Amino acid sequence: MNTLKMSIGMKLRSSVSLIIVLGLSLALVTLNGCSSKPGEGKAEKKATKVDLSPAYGGRLVEGSIGDASTLLPPLATDSASSGVAAFIYNGLLKFDKDLKLVGDLAESWEVSNDGLTITFHLRKGVKWHDGVELTSKDVMFSYQLMIDPKTPTAYSGDYLIVKKAEAPDKYTFRVYYAKPFAPALISWTLNILPAHLLQGKDVTKSPLARHPIGTGPYRFVSWRQGDRIILTYNPDYFEGRAYMGKYIFRVIPDQATMFLELKAGGVDMMGLTPLQYARQTDNAKFKRGYRKYRYLAFSYTYLGYNLLDPKFKDKRVRRALSYAIDKQEIIDGVLLGLGTIATGPYKPGTWAYNSNVKRYPYDPAKAKQLLGQAGWTDSDRDGILDRNGQPFKFTIITNQGNSLRAKTAQIIQRRLREIGIVVDIRPIEWAAFINEFIDKKKFEAVILGWTIGQDPDQYDIWHSSKTGIKELNFISYKNSEMDELLIKARETFDLEARKRYYYRFQEILAEDQPYTFLYVPESLPVVQARVQGIEPAPAGISYNFIKWYVPKGLQRTS
Amino acid sequence: MMVPLLLGITLISFTVIHLAPGEPTGLATELNPRVTAEVRERLRVFYGLDKPLHEQYFRWLVRIVKLDFGRSFSPDRRLVIDKILERLPITVSLNVLSLLLIILIALPLGVLSATHQDTWLDRSTSLFVFIGFATPTFWAALLLMILFGVNLGWLPISGLRSLNFDSLTPFWQAVDLLKHIVLPVTLSALTSLAGLSRYMRSSMLEEIRQDYVTTARAKGLGERVVVYKHALRNALLPVITVLGLSLPALIGGSVIFESIFAINGMGKLFFDSVLSRDYPVVMGVLVMGAFLTLLGNLLADISYAWSDPRIRYD
Repeated sequence: MNTLKMSIGMKLRSSVSLIIVLGLSLALVTLNGCSSKPGEGKAEKKATKVDLSPAYGGRLVEGSIGDASTLLPPLATDSASSGVAAFIYNGLLKFDKDLKLVGDLAESWEVSNDGLTITFHLRKGVKWHDGVELTSKDVMFSYQLMIDPKTPTAYSGDYLIVKKAEAPDKYTFRVYYAKPFAPALISWTLNILPAHLLQGKDVTKSPLARHPIGTGPYRFVSWRQGDRIILTYNPDYFEGRAYMGKYIFRVIPDQATMFLELKAGGVDMMGLTPLQYARQTDNAKFKRGYRKYRYLAFSYTYLGYNLLDPKFKDKRVRRALSYAIDKQEIIDGVLLGLGTIATGPYKPGTWAYNSNVKRYPYDPAKAKQLLGQAGWTDSDRDGILDRNGQPFKFTIITNQGNSLRAKTAQIIQRRLREIGIVVDIRPIEWAAFINEFIDKKKFEAVILGWTIGQDPDQYDIWHSSKTGIKELNFISYKNSEMDELLIKARETFDLEARKRYYYRFQEILAEDQPYTFLYVPESLPVVQARVQGIEPAPAGISYNFIKWYVPKGLQRTS
Repeated sequence: MMVPLLLGITLISFTVIHLAPGEPTGLATELNPRVTAEVRERLRVFYGLDKPLHEQYFRWLVRIVKLDFGRSFSPDRRLVIDKILERLPITVSLNVLSLLLIILIALPLGVLSATHQDTWLDRSTSLFVFIGFATPTFWAALLLMILFGVNLGWLPISGLRSLNFDSLTPFWQAVDLLKHIVLPVTLSALTSLAGLSRYMRSSMLEEIRQDYVTTARAKGLGERVVVYKHALRNALLPVITVLGLSLPALIGGSVIFESIFAINGMGKLFFDSVLSRDYPVVMGVLVMGAFLTLLGNLLADISYAWSDPRIRYD
């Protein structure tokens, strides 16, 4: 059920650093002349003479704007924590490069014909970093920890629906469900924790939060809070030892500083902003020293309408707004072209994505016509559409500090003004935004984003039962056909059937336009050119990290 | 006098931070499909947020009297006091260093421009300090980073320690630390020179127009003695007030600064804890700040007496 999670990463970057980016571009212009000795690419110049075959050793420094909060995954909710934990722990299952579920700690697994029982067969001989063997006891413990009311985890929901769990022998783990639940398999990517170190202890006070012991390709070395986490390779990893000797996770809260660290050699890998990708790294010198990647991110941004508001109740009005907004213009202006138009809640190219739904190309004439049919005309000739004497005015709210969303709102504001609709924009601090406006449904329209999960289940966001306070269908969308589709789709394991349900679900969304789907942005990672073995795939680049290597002559130890 | 004042400060801070919309469990659970309503309630009980506000404050107060700041609400659940003590030395030493640098430069600059009022010296120092004052910190920081870090490669760009810090000998560790703080300290001093040097200048100007200075000159004392022994001592009084008030800023740290230079200090801690509504940490930092403000006032009062023998406290 881990479908979607609000993307709030952007919000942490204060508006201050956005000004900084502007300052930076100015600074680059100013100082371009003084560049006498390039800090980057010293080693790379020699690259042509160096043997490029895989070699053990070396290090990779990844930059992150936030520190991990805890390395006990059930307690963490931030992406930095789960990112580092992924090097240290394993789940029963994992996603491969094509985003298919494959075995990780589980060698194989079976789903019973009625879809109610899942049996996992564990790999034999997997060792914890302290030498103890991993068994089904550890899996059982990790499951029990998730459902223990004393564990302050945000993710117990997926495990509370398990009717019964058992570990019949050392290498078998079985779970029973009351009714078939398709997203259940994905929940077993859960990181397995060492029972012998945690059983019977208070997990919130465990030293493992700061000194984790897992089964993963990397072992924990040290953590200086707010500064860096250092991991070293696990020589006994069950898939074979990772090439890269050390992985260093470095916290640099400011995106512009991180970029300078990248150029100075203090960081080897980071995510670029669209501005950095398109304008600041598009030169020959940079391309010699670094490799840039771009692929669609697992998130989308939308303009959502409060359907309790009489203005937005009429489907024709919502469609008109979708026609009046030029999505490509937003992508070009806000993301500098580094994104694609969203047509629904799935990522283009994934199995659930339906590419044949109704689209809304930019067409202001059609928008006006639809609005006219819905009763909105400029009867008093003041340039603003009105109905029954009421002008068409509304406010778009969004969370403060996310410049991409603010700019998107401005572009929409201008386009809607052109067809006679007056839009106000109001950015609000995150906590107030959620508690005072979204939860209380005190908004007219909202610009937000959802993270696209690995499973296409969208029950929590679109089902009519989820329109209550603090629930996710906060736009109050209700459609009985869709309700039925969402339930059927999550209760079958048959991929073809699910696909049919979700295709239809997307068609309904496209017809009804409860959201105007705006864009799917791109992830823009950059890696130092000395790192070899990176193979971009639908899953991104990090999925085969243990195969990344630095040729002997290019390795850096300090 | 200090105890009721502290109490008042904590009461107001506690109320204000709880009045702000949102709760510590919010960031983790809001708009997250994997979090059910029961889970959310379970987390609230876990953090004691289901209790009425006055009870929460009272419980907090009882603990604080025993100097127990409690545990952070963030997932690491660390002791608040550990979190603060871990960052305090960094912030305090950086700020003390830059304050020393400011005093060393600003006071002489102020005196010089006062004694050479309206000459080229006065005008150029004014221009210099105001350029420093008007330059946006983050912009100047990035310029210096590009120049010294990327282009020249002389100084590290951010953080406090190099990646190989742990393998260095203590001597080279010290050198490494020093190299890392050159940019932040210089920059923070540069940008705040203006305030103090202007204070010094105007206060000095006022003093050298006084009758006792004329008297001193009439006595035939040298200009040096007149300025530095008689006028300066009196001119320092208002400056000391300003310095006393800047004491709390020493532990406050600056979010902008610490973010740009990736320094893990108090400013960042406070900012992050406010954003995530981590009440125990917010209150911990505020109590420290309030205590230091009061201490700063006390120190300023004592320095008055030292600087001006006419002031006596009974």
